[in-house]
Amino acid sequence: MSELLQYVFIGLGNGAVYAMVGLGLVVIYRSTGLLNFAQGELAMFATFGVWTLHEAGLPIWLALLGGMAIGFAIGAIVHQVVVRPVGDPHQKPLAVVIVTIGLFLGFNALAQLIWGTNEKEFATLFGNSEVDVLGTLVDWQKLGALGILAAEALVFWVIFQKTKVGLGMRAVASNPESSALVGIPVTRILMIGWGLAVSVGAVAGAVWAPTPGLSSNLMQLPLIYGFAAITLGGFDSFVGAVVGGLFVGVLTDVVPRYVDAFEKMTLAPAFLVILVVLLVRPQGIFGRKVVSRV
Amino acid sequence: MALLEVQGLTAGYGIVQVLFGLDFSVDAGEAVVILGANGSGKTTTLRAVSGMIAAGGAVRFDGRSVRGMRPDRLVAAGVSHVPQGRGTISDLTVDENLRAGAYSRRDRGIAADIEHWYSVFPRLGERRDQAAGSMSGGEQQMLAIARAFMSRPRLVLLDEPSLGLAPLVTREVFDRVGDLVRDTGTAVLVVEQNANLALAFASRAYVLEAGRIVNQGSSDELRGDESIRQAYLGS
Repeated sequence: MSELLQYVFIGLGNGAVYAMVGLGLVVIYRSTGLLNFAQGELAMFATFGVWTLHEAGLPIWLALLGGMAIGFAIGAIVHQVVVRPVGDPHQKPLAVVIVTIGLFLGFNALAQLIWGTNEKEFATLFGNSEVDVLGTLVDWQKLGALGILAAEALVFWVIFQKTKVGLGMRAVASNPESSALVGIPVTRILMIGWGLAVSVGAVAGAVWAPTPGLSSNLMQLPLIYGFAAITLGGFDSFVGAVVGGLFVGVLTDVVPRYVDAFEKMTLAPAFLVILVVLLVRPQGIFGRKVVSRV
Repeated sequence: MALLEVQGLTAGYGIVQVLFGLDFSVDAGEAVVILGANGSGKTTTLRAVSGMIAAGGAVRFDGRSVRGMRPDRLVAAGVSHVPQGRGTISDLTVDENLRAGAYSRRDRGIAADIEHWYSVFPRLGERRDQAAGSMSGGEQQMLAIARAFMSRPRLVLLDEPSLGLAPLVTREVFDRVGDLVRDTGTAVLVVEQNANLALAFASRAYVLEAGRIVNQGSSDELRGDESIRQAYLGS
């Protein structure tokens, strides 16, 4: 029992990272109607920003804040310079998806160019000690990841429900043309959305990096799990990203320990989730079914 | 000097030209209608004026050129546009739609303005926390109009408010907008194919056919015009 509990906590801790990746994906999905394949690599790049600031002598938490700011800037610039000129994602979805795949490759290569291919040690935000929870030893890092996720969820709620910019982001997600007509600066709103997505990605990267070590491939696994998370929760739902991320985390950490068939294929449960959800409830648990009028 | 002065307006989509040099104007506080059948270029005219599509010619608002100005800047300058199909932001509540309408404003009077519009349109007040997309077409039209006024515009562009509405509801919409023109002194430029209601509402009218203005005058003059009677009034 306590062994199971331990795996559950590890799963929740990892799931918190998938949820954060999912939050970034949802922000972009809501404004473009598309999956941002570059979400992981942009986050990885911003995480290198955190690492660089920490190496330069900043305490890790300050470095994290700095990395979030760098991430915000990267996201905003990417939108202005690369995504926006391609055109309206609602008119040319394929072109914009291809651009995000190009960004994936580009930022991966750029990170290798700047920081090399060796894995870097990455400081944990919560130290390396453990804590006793219900008779099970759990890493503070895993509990901390859950705490950060909770804080992020709260910040997201406040931004989207209580601020003017959040109102603008929800308006643009629902109806970009009308939003422009009522006086919302749509381009600036989209830019802020991309900044926010990469900013939350930087946090996901910094929480994730201590375990595998920081390299240009850091976020590829979390991105796949993040996709699974929002497929389960619904592409347009922040709540769905959080619930989906935690569920996928627990699933992928617990199932392979007990089901021999998955022992060597730890990704398989995530793909099964994607497959089953797409077959049974394509809009995800918390997602909205889009009804298009013709 | 006219509030909105348009000269030689041209616009189109890709290689298809829709507007061929339109001249029209709207004075401050005036209600003007552009009458036209389906496909005559009514919606394109408003979209060209509000900067949603590229346009040629001159568009001056309050004496300064606004041609090609971004829609959100134009709102801040004093022009609101209620698009065809009403353009309510369906995922937002009624209240949030009205707040979105005030996005360009920086002052503290927004909440009071929203309450004011709830008193003008009590039905919106009853549904303030309801998603805008769940309301009836007439209610959404009222919301779109109230939302357009939330930016405290001096000119409202209104695209075919009768579209998809029952005749009685359409009449009510025109009555309410007429009240608003009189009470607030806001100018309204409406494009419509329902000539009966539009001519009763507006003081002046232009007739648009295949992208050209073919007739203009006071509403009374045009109501008496034989060709207008045959084409639009069905008698």
